[in-house]
Amino acid sequence: MNATELVMGSDAALFMSGMNAYLLDFLATGYNYWMAIVLMMIGFYITLARSNLVKKIIGLNLFQTAMFLLYISIGNVVDGGVPILTDNPDALYSNPLPHVLILTAIVVGIATTALGLALAVRIHEAYGTIEEDEILDAEAGDS
Amino acid sequence: MFATILPAALLAQLPVLQVAIPLLAAPVCVLLGRGRWVHDFSLLVTAVVAITSLALLQLVLGGGDASYALGGFAPPWGIEYRIDPANAVILLLVSVSGFLVLLQSRTSIEAEIPKQKHPLFYTAFLLCLTGLLGVAATGDAFNAFVFLEISSLATYALVATGKSPRALTAAFRYLILGTIGASTFVIGIGLLYMATGTLNMSDLATRIPASPHHAVIQAAFALIIVGLGLKAAIFPLHFWLPNVYTFAPMVVTIFLAATATKVALYLLARFVFVIFEDASFAGMLLMPLALLAMFLASLAALQQGNVKRILAYSSIAQIGYMFFALALASTQAVAAAWLLMLTHALAKGGLFMAVAGIALQTGSSNLDDWKGIAKQMPWSAAVMVVCLLSLVGVPLTAGFVAKWSLLVAIFSTSGSIILVAVVAAASLLTLLYAGKILETIYLGTPDEQRATANLREAPLAMLVTAMLVAAMNIYFGLNGTVLSDLSNRAALALLSGF
Repeated sequence: MNATELVMGSDAALFMSGMNAYLLDFLATGYNYWMAIVLMMIGFYITLARSNLVKKIIGLNLFQTAMFLLYISIGNVVDGGVPILTDNPDALYSNPLPHVLILTAIVVGIATTALGLALAVRIHEAYGTIEEDEILDAEAGDS
Repeated sequence: MFATILPAALLAQLPVLQVAIPLLAAPVCVLLGRGRWVHDFSLLVTAVVAITSLALLQLVLGGGDASYALGGFAPPWGIEYRIDPANAVILLLVSVSGFLVLLQSRTSIEAEIPKQKHPLFYTAFLLCLTGLLGVAATGDAFNAFVFLEISSLATYALVATGKSPRALTAAFRYLILGTIGASTFVIGIGLLYMATGTLNMSDLATRIPASPHHAVIQAAFALIIVGLGLKAAIFPLHFWLPNVYTFAPMVVTIFLAATATKVALYLLARFVFVIFEDASFAGMLLMPLALLAMFLASLAALQQGNVKRILAYSSIAQIGYMFFALALASTQAVAAAWLLMLTHALAKGGLFMAVAGIALQTGSSNLDDWKGIAKQMPWSAAVMVVCLLSLVGVPLTAGFVAKWSLLVAIFSTSGSIILVAVVAAASLLTLLYAGKILETIYLGTPDEQRATANLREAPLAMLVTAMLVAAMNIYFGLNGTVLSDLSNRAALALLSGF
C-alpha cells in the first residue's frame, strides 16, 4: 500500500496511475512527432521574433530541419531494417520514399539558406547593419 | 491545327517539353555571356514554350487529358505530368506572359540591371518560368513543392536585382515568408502521404474520400491552405507583396503580377476541389478573408502615392475576388475564378507595362511626378486608360466579362442579393483608385521642370507590346465567349475530378 492509495483510496489511485500510463504512452509513441513540433515552433519563433537577419535564417533552418525529422519519422517501420534488396523476401524494411523526398527538400533548404545569407551580405553592404529594426529605421528615414 | 502538323511522337512529349525547354535553356544563358544574344535567346525560348503550351491546350481541349510518365515509371509510383483544361489554361497564361514580358522589356532591363549581371538575370528568369510551369503541369504533390521552390528561389533573386537597396530587404522578407509558406505546404503533403501512402494527385483524390474527416487529413488540409495562401497572397498573408512589386525591376514586377500568385491559386484550387473534394470548410474560411481583401486592400491602394504600390495593393484586392469565386465552389463560380485570373493578368500586365514605359522616361514611379504626363506620353497613357477600365470591369473590356460572370455566379450559387451588392460595391473602390491615377496623369499640371523637359514616348518595343496587351483587353471584352468557354472547360475539369 503506497502513499497515494492511503490518501485517495484504491479506485482513484488506480485511475490516476491509468491516466499517467495513458499520457506517458501518448507522449512516448509519438515521441518523434512531439520533438518535430517543438523544434518547429522554436524555429518559427526565432524567425519571427529575432531582429538579426542571420538569426532569422538559423530559425528558418531549424523550422525546415524539424520538417525533415517529421518526414523521416513517417518513413520509419517498427523493427524495420535498411531498405536494401536482399534474397530474403520477408525482410522488414523502412519506407525509403520519405528519405528520398527529404534529400530533395534538403537541397531546397540549402539553396534557400545560401540565397538568404547572400541577401544578408548585400543588405549589410547597403545599410551597414543586419539588425532589422535598424534597417526599418533607415528605410523610414529614406522615404 | 498543331495536332496535324506535329508528329504523334512529339505530341506525346509536349507535357514535359513545356517544363524541360526553359529548364535546359536556363544554364545556356550563363554560357552565352553579356552580348545581346542572351536576350534574343531567352525570347526565342519563351516563344517556343508559348507555342508548346498553345499546342498542348488544343490537344487537351480536343482529345482529353494528356498524361506523361516521367522516366517511364508508371503513375502512381512515378512522377506524372498531367494536363487537363484547368492547368492547360494556366500554362498558356504563364508562358504567353513570359514571352510578352521579354518582348517588352529589353530597354528596361538594360536600364535597370547592370550589364555584367544580364546572363544570370535571364537564367533566373527562365528558372522562374520553369518553376511556375512545373507547378501547373505536375500531377505529383511533392513535385509541385519542388517546382514551387524553384520558382520562388528564382523570384527572390530576381527581386533582389532591383536598383533600390529596399529591393534587398523586400526580397529577404519574401524569402522568409515564402519559405515558411512552402515548408507549411510540404508538411501538409507529408501528412497526406502518411495517411494515404501516395503522392500522385489523382491517386490521392481516389483514396481520400474513404476517410475525409480523419484528423491527419484535416490537419494536412489546413497546412496546405495556409502554405499556398501565403504564396498566393490571400489577405492576411499578403505582407510580402507590396514591397516586392514596388522595388523589383519593372520586368520582374510585370511577370510576377501576371503569373505568380495565379499559379499558387491554381494549385490551391486543385487541392481543394480535386484532392479534398470538400470545399465547404475552405469556403467558410476563405469567403470572409476574400471580402476583407477586396475592401481593405482597395482602401490601402487609395492611400498610396507610388503607382507601383497602388497597383500592388490592387492585386491583393483582385486576388480577393478570385478567392471569393473559389470559395463559392460551384462550377459557375470556379469558371468565374479562372476568368478573373486570365483577365487580371491581361489588365495588370498591360498596366505594369505602361508603368514601366512611363517610369523609364520620367525616372520615377511616384504619382506626383506623373502629373499631366498624358500630354507628353499619350500612347502609354492610353494603354493605362484601357487597362484600368478593364481592371475596374467596365463593359466592352475583358474585365467586365469576368466581373459579370462573378456576380452571376454569386447570385446563382448563394442566391443572396446582399453578397452581389457587397462585391459590386468593392468594385466601386477599384474605380476610385483607378480614377485617382487617371485624374493625375490627364488633368494634373506638371511642375515647371517636367513641363519643359524634352520627354519622349516610351521606346517602340515597350509601347507596341503594351498596346498589344491593351488591344487584347478590348478584344476579349468584345468577344467574351473565347475566354469564358476556356474557363468553363477548366472548371468542369476541376470539379469532375481527374
